[in-house]
Amino acid sequence: MNWSAIWTIYTAEMTRFFRTFVQSFISPVISTSLYFVVFGTAIGSRIQQVEGVSYAAFIVPGLIMLSVMTQSISNASFGIYFPKFTGTIFELLSAPVNFFEIVLGYVGAAATKALFIGLVILATASVFIELQIAHPLAMMAFLVLTCLSFALFGFIIGIWAGNFEQLQLIPLLVLTPLIFLGGAFYSISMLPAVWQTVSLFNPVVYLISGFRWAFYGAADVPIGLSLLAIAGFTGACLLTIGWIFKSGYRLKP
Amino acid sequence: MAFVQIDNLQKTYAGGFAALKGVSLEIGEGEILALLGPNGAGKTTLISVLCGLVSPSGGQARIGGHDIVEAYRAARRLVGLVPQEIALEPFTKVIDAVRFSRGLFGLSRDEAKIENILKRLSLWDKRHARITQLSGGMKRRVLIAKALAHEPRVLFLDEPTAGVDVELRRDMWQIVAELKADGVTIILTTHYIEEAEAIADRIGVINKGALLLVEDKAALMARMGRKELYISLRKPVATVPQALAGYGLELADDGATLVYSYDTSGEATGITALLADLAGAGLKLADLKTRQSSLEDIFVGLTRETSAEDAA
Repeated sequence: MNWSAIWTIYTAEMTRFFRTFVQSFISPVISTSLYFVVFGTAIGSRIQQVEGVSYAAFIVPGLIMLSVMTQSISNASFGIYFPKFTGTIFELLSAPVNFFEIVLGYVGAAATKALFIGLVILATASVFIELQIAHPLAMMAFLVLTCLSFALFGFIIGIWAGNFEQLQLIPLLVLTPLIFLGGAFYSISMLPAVWQTVSLFNPVVYLISGFRWAFYGAADVPIGLSLLAIAGFTGACLLTIGWIFKSGYRLKP
Repeated sequence: MAFVQIDNLQKTYAGGFAALKGVSLEIGEGEILALLGPNGAGKTTLISVLCGLVSPSGGQARIGGHDIVEAYRAARRLVGLVPQEIALEPFTKVIDAVRFSRGLFGLSRDEAKIENILKRLSLWDKRHARITQLSGGMKRRVLIAKALAHEPRVLFLDEPTAGVDVELRRDMWQIVAELKADGVTIILTTHYIEEAEAIADRIGVINKGALLLVEDKAALMARMGRKELYISLRKPVATVPQALAGYGLELADDGATLVYSYDTSGEATGITALLADLAGAGLKLADLKTRQSSLEDIFVGLTRETSAEDAA
């Protein structure tokens, strides 16, 4: 293992994050506060408790998941797309590193950034409401796994993307709807029966449900299924990345 | 033993284009090899395969005895690459860009080494500047600094002086000479014949994915180089005198100059006899001058030959 290379990539990526630290830190704080004002206070005051907790508290896990998923994807996809765009990818490909080390560096950094933002949102939320976390360890495990798996997914998008538009395409067209329809702001049980069934085909439902279970002990789907979903998603991403590096897809003619 | 050993290396791209058609080549340690060839000849593909940017379709290559595919880590540790295009992350600081390269190759941080490289490339004063703030020439220096950051034993320079001002080109040649003195093997591709002539030990000519020849520079020029003797006459002549018919002389400058072509590698050049016969023919000499055909003439001749063969 070329640990030095992994650390070099990781720190270079983190440096970029810290270069824009104020934006990285302030923007999630502001957007989370806005969500709380709009959904938590204004609309939430008219909604009765959802699954035993106030609406403002109910949306916290979904809100964190929303940010963590989009941040993981955008950080990782940009992280590997940028060297492709500037041409500096030549250095990675000609260095004594294997593809696993490259992934570890980029995905590790993207996941770290997303995790950081997730925790900032959690801290911001605790300002507005009294948070209760039923299973703190499970909550952290879910958070870290989601950061990692979506950073892997973002890495794939970054390799695949041929331009900046394509970089945005999947997050905007696929992921945002899946997250919004995945129960970030409501419980699946609030939907008509037909839509409940349809929702079960949305993989994000399992992730948000599992994460919410870690907070409040209640879930839309069994926690085992949630774990299976995230494990399956991570596995699929790893297999795809393995194939990308074996075939040199969009990297190495 | 050759430090870089290339054996029947082939590359056919997905579209079916054969960029390398079985190139074999050996390069000794500390040697400077210049690869000459027109655009699309396969120079960059050859370098890209050796550095790991492109997968070979066939054949083998070893660097420092390590196979570039099976022992890629060991092989790549020895290799520095300066690409043709300027490719740098725009917002990084110069010194961080160089540190990054060193770390990526698995070497521990060594600030003294980095300082030495930056000073050698006149980048030390700019070490805290961001890449976007640098001129094109400075960026190229950064690329070289990055390639040297991990102390490579083989340096690949892909068109290092394309679009570079005279000063930087001189500096570059100086750096190449210093690296050679340190025992670094250098393989450079170039369009500029004078560059190859100035710094290379050996010259390879590549065209259409095949290596046409690799030869010691001096030997190549001696073997293929024709020399011409220009004889200026005091009085112009209308035709070449009958007594000098056997020399294949040509008239130039409206008969004021006779041009004699001869082979420098031949047993006798025939110059002594020619001069004696000139006096015998009653011609008076005003001046004498010789000109050796340059690599450029050789190069153009070679690549034209392959094109003609293809057409036939």
